[in-house]
Amino acid sequence: MRRDAWWVPQIGAFVVLSSFLAYATWAAFQNAHYEFGSYLSPFYSPLITGDSPHAWFRTRPWFVPAISPALLILPFPAGFRFTCYYYRGTYYKAFWADPPGCAVGEPRNSYLGEKSFPLILQNVHRYFMYAAVLFLGILALDAYRGYWFAGPDGVKHFGIGVGSLVLTINVCLLSGYTLGCHSLRHLVGGYLDRLSGRPLRRKAYDCVSCLNRGHMNWAWFSLFWVAFSDIYVRMCSMGIWHDVRIL
Amino acid sequence: MTAPQPSGPDTHGVAVDAYTAAQAAQDAAVGHETRTFKLWRGADGKGDFQDFTTETNDGMVVLDAIHQIQAEQCNDLAVRWNCKAGKCGSCSAEINGKPKLMCMTRLDELPANEPVTVEPMRAFPHVRDLVTDVSWNFRVKPRIQKFTPRPPDAPDGTWRIQQADVERVQEFRKCIECFLCQDVCHVLRDHHKHEEFIGPRFLVYAAALEMHPLDVAERTTALKDDFGIGYCNITKCCTKVCPEHITITDNAIIPLKERVVDEHFDPLRALVRLVRGPKRK
Ligand code: SF4
Ligand code: SF4
Ligand code: FES
Ligand code: FES
Repeated sequence: MRRDAWWVPQIGAFVVLSSFLAYATWAAFQNAHYEFGSYLSPFYSPLITGDSPHAWFRTRPWFVPAISPALLILPFPAGFRFTCYYYRGTYYKAFWADPPGCAVGEPRNSYLGEKSFPLILQNVHRYFMYAAVLFLGILALDAYRGYWFAGPDGVKHFGIGVGSLVLTINVCLLSGYTLGCHSLRHLVGGYLDRLSGRPLRRKAYDCVSCLNRGHMNWAWFSLFWVAFSDIYVRMCSMGIWHDVRIL
Repeated sequence: MTAPQPSGPDTHGVAVDAYTAAQAAQDAAVGHETRTFKLWRGADGKGDFQDFTTETNDGMVVLDAIHQIQAEQCNDLAVRWNCKAGKCGSCSAEINGKPKLMCMTRLDELPANEPVTVEPMRAFPHVRDLVTDVSWNFRVKPRIQKFTPRPPDAPDGTWRIQQADVERVQEFRKCIECFLCQDVCHVLRDHHKHEEFIGPRFLVYAAALEMHPLDVAERTTALKDDFGIGYCNITKCCTKVCPEHITITDNAIIPLKERVVDEHFDPLRALVRLVRGPKRK
């Protein structure tokens, strides 16, 4: 019988993941306060349609349903995290007690694992990874736009606000997380047994492996920061916080 | 050999042996304490904890204490060990509930204010006291398609490989077959899927063969159907207990799962295979 506090990490994961889920769902349904000047909340990016300078289409195309834009976007990152190998191991323990902790008995006798339906569907992870890599490009563009502020003359000038840094850190943390994905590691070289004589692949594999070693930390920091980025933009847009211009 | 010469202060006409004094001082400097051990005693799955108290010091490992108890108080205590150096993998047990090697667990790592519990591994049939029957593992190994090298590279029947290419599998070769990972894995320990799941140790073994730069055998179908890789829910308990610090889940199991996805669950890959032919190994 383990007598140490084996349940602490599980409770921590449970609290953080539930809070994130609750906040993200609430924020996604708001359909307001998702932009402030040149900043766009990552929960609402890419903004496909809306009355906003960030929107791809000013008038709603027929194929885009008239719901909060976040509801069209969030399924992708949510699916990516839900099927992430690291998160899977974590929430199986924290939310499903399978196992509650290492070498701690289980509450259930039956067990299917990821061998049959429904969890066999977790194998779709690589497809969410493809989407996540695309999203990185979009979020990088958002971060870049966050450095251009409209002046009184209506022309955009380069500047740095706290929000620009918030969005830049966001895309950096998300890159650290996404580019350390196990499926990406497999795709860039892991599926081969020989990488010698393929210097580019070797480099890519080594880089992804390096990020992959810290995948857990990237997962938690990027999760926290993406929520914080939304909060930051929301607070500025509501006039509660004031974005400080550094330059 | 000459006896150590008396030296040092001569008190009341009795010379203090410097060697003995130095040794006594050294002994006194390491913390001595009396500790209680709760050892599992019994046979064939039936048994109970029995308390033993023995004199210990800081440098001792759990196996030292067990040997001391065996020598001084309980001659028929059954315990398996061999190297006392963390290399033979014989002395696996559960110490304070955690799967560990008895010979590599120092007493000063364990909470001093509570008794140390030592139990046999739970995932295997119990034999006696701290000893379990791990022979199931020896029956699993031959089921895995063995090393199948490509035809030799040179006319003299030899191969050429790059160090960089074997590095990946060298991590897996560190395994000492202690079976602690098998013991902690809930699929075996709690769900007893020994017939359908080969366990982390043999997924590491399969990975060492599957990712070897010379090997050309195909194991992904067997991994999915016969070896039950899908049962692993990547909760990483095996990685945490491995005394050789093999990154079992991240470096062996997940890459194998990805290879299984390539072959069996990825429609795009299937399309690519159809167009380009089977993948290069
Ligand atoms: S990661 Fe997989 S193999 Fe390792 S202990 Fe967990 S379920 Fe078992
Ligand atoms: S992989 Fe590690 S824990 Fe498992 S048997 Fe080998 S050395 Fe022991
Ligand atoms: S494994 Fe975590 S993102 Fe792919
Ligand atoms: S006795 Fe050999 S590993 Fe412990």
